[in-house]
Amino acid sequence: MKYLDEYRDPRVAKALLEKIHGSAGRIDREIRIMEICGSHTVSIFRAGIKSLLPENVRLVSGPGCPVCVTAMSDMDRMIALASPPDGTDTLVATFGDMIRVPGTKTSLEAEMASGADVRIATSPLDAVMWARKHFEKSVVFLGVGFETTSPTIAATVLKARKSGLKNLFVYPAFKLLPPALVALLETPDIAIDGFLCPGHVSVMLGADAYRPVAARYEKPCVIAGFEPIDILLGISNICDQLAENKHEVANAYGRAVSNGGNVKAMGILDQVFEPVDAPWRGLGTIPASGLGFREEFAAYDAIRRFGLDSVEAGSEPKGCACGEVLRGLMDPPRCPLFGKACTPDSPVGSCMVSSEGSCAAWYKYSS
Amino acid sequence: MCIAVPGKVTVIDEELNVATVEVGGTTKHASADLVPDIQVGDYVLVHAGFIINKLDEDDALETLKLFEEYMGVNLTEDRGK
Ligand code: SF4
Repeated sequence: MKYLDEYRDPRVAKALLEKIHGSAGRIDREIRIMEICGSHTVSIFRAGIKSLLPENVRLVSGPGCPVCVTAMSDMDRMIALASPPDGTDTLVATFGDMIRVPGTKTSLEAEMASGADVRIATSPLDAVMWARKHFEKSVVFLGVGFETTSPTIAATVLKARKSGLKNLFVYPAFKLLPPALVALLETPDIAIDGFLCPGHVSVMLGADAYRPVAARYEKPCVIAGFEPIDILLGISNICDQLAENKHEVANAYGRAVSNGGNVKAMGILDQVFEPVDAPWRGLGTIPASGLGFREEFAAYDAIRRFGLDSVEAGSEPKGCACGEVLRGLMDPPRCPLFGKACTPDSPVGSCMVSSEGSCAAWYKYSS
Repeated sequence: MCIAVPGKVTVIDEELNVATVEVGGTTKHASADLVPDIQVGDYVLVHAGFIINKLDEDDALETLKLFEEYMGVNLTEDRGK
C-alpha cells in the first residue's frame, strides 16, 4: 500500500519521541492523555509506546470499544433474541466479539451451544444474504458500534427496504462519540488533559465535530491514525499544545479524515436513525448518545418487533470494575478479578472479552 | 471494531454499486453506497463490507513532507527502495 510503510519508519518514531520528551519536559506535572478508541489501545500496547514516553506522560484508555460499553440491559435483550419468548424462529447475526460477552444469566455463545442460530458476520450485508436465503426465519442484526459502523447498518436497512425484505431486523444499540466525551468531562474526579481521537470514527464525523468540546472544556483533541507513528504524532501534538497552553482540534490523520467528515454516510445514518438517550456500561444513561429508528423505519426495529422492552434489566457482574476502567479511573490490573477470576478465556466483564477491550489488551501485552 | 483497512479499487460493479478492493494481497468486495464517485484506482478505507472513505494521496504526501521538514529525515526520496 502506498504511503503506509513510511508511517512505520523507526527514524521518524525516534525523532517524534524526542519531540515528545522535549515538550513534556516543559510541563512540570503529570499529563493524562485519554485514547478513546479501543483500536488505539491495542496499537499502543503492540508497539510498546507506553514504555517509551516520558515519565510524566500517562496514556489512559477510554470508553471507545463498542462491545465494552454495551450495557447489561442491552446485552440481556440481545441474548433474549436468540430464543424469543413468542417462539419466533430467529437467526441472530453479529460481529464476532459480541457472542462471548456474558449477560446476566447466559451469553450468545451459550445459547448457540444449546441450539440457537447465532452467526458471526463480517459485514451487516451478510444479514441481507441470510434473510434472502432463510425466508422461514427472522434475521436480526445486532447493531453495535460507533459512527464508523452505524452508517453501514443504516445503508443495509435501506438496501433491505429497496429489495422488499420483510424478515430483516436490527437491534439498535449504537453509540455516539461526542456526547460520551462531554459526559466524561462532566464526571467529577476525571483528570484528562487531552484526547487522542479515534481515526475511523472521525472519518465519518469529521474534525469539526470535536471543536465545541475542545473549546468548551479547554482540552486539546487530536485525531490520529493507527500506525505507531500516527499515534506518536498525535501524542506529540497534544504535548505541544499543553506546553503552549492551547486547546485546539488537530488532525494528524489528514490522509483519511476531513473537517466535514463523510457527509453522504452521515446523511444516510440520519435518514434511518435519530438520536435517543442510551445506557452505557460504566457511564450510565447519557442523553442523546445512542440511535433509535425513525418512525418511518420502525418496521425494522427488533426492539418493537419482539417486545424486548419487557426483558428484565440485569445487573453488572459482581466485582467487575469495567465501569471504572471505561472512565479511565482505574487501570485493569487494579481490578481484584484481573488475571484471576477474569481472563480472556473465562471473562467476567466485557472489557476482557473484546479484543479491543482495555482489560484484554493489558492481559495480553503486560505480563 | 471500528478499524478500517486500506486498499485499492480494481473493479466496480456499477449495477450493484459494489467495488472489488485489493487489500494487502487479497481481494474484498465492498459496497460503494457510503461514498460518492468511487473510481478504479482509488485508494480507499474498507470497514465492515463498506468503503467508508477515499484516502487522499496528496494529503498523505504532505504529511510525510511535514515529517521531513519537522524532523530532518528523508522519507519521500527513499520511496520505492
Ligand atoms: S478484569 Fe475483568 S472483572 Fe475486572 S474490570 Fe476487567 S473485565 Fe471487569
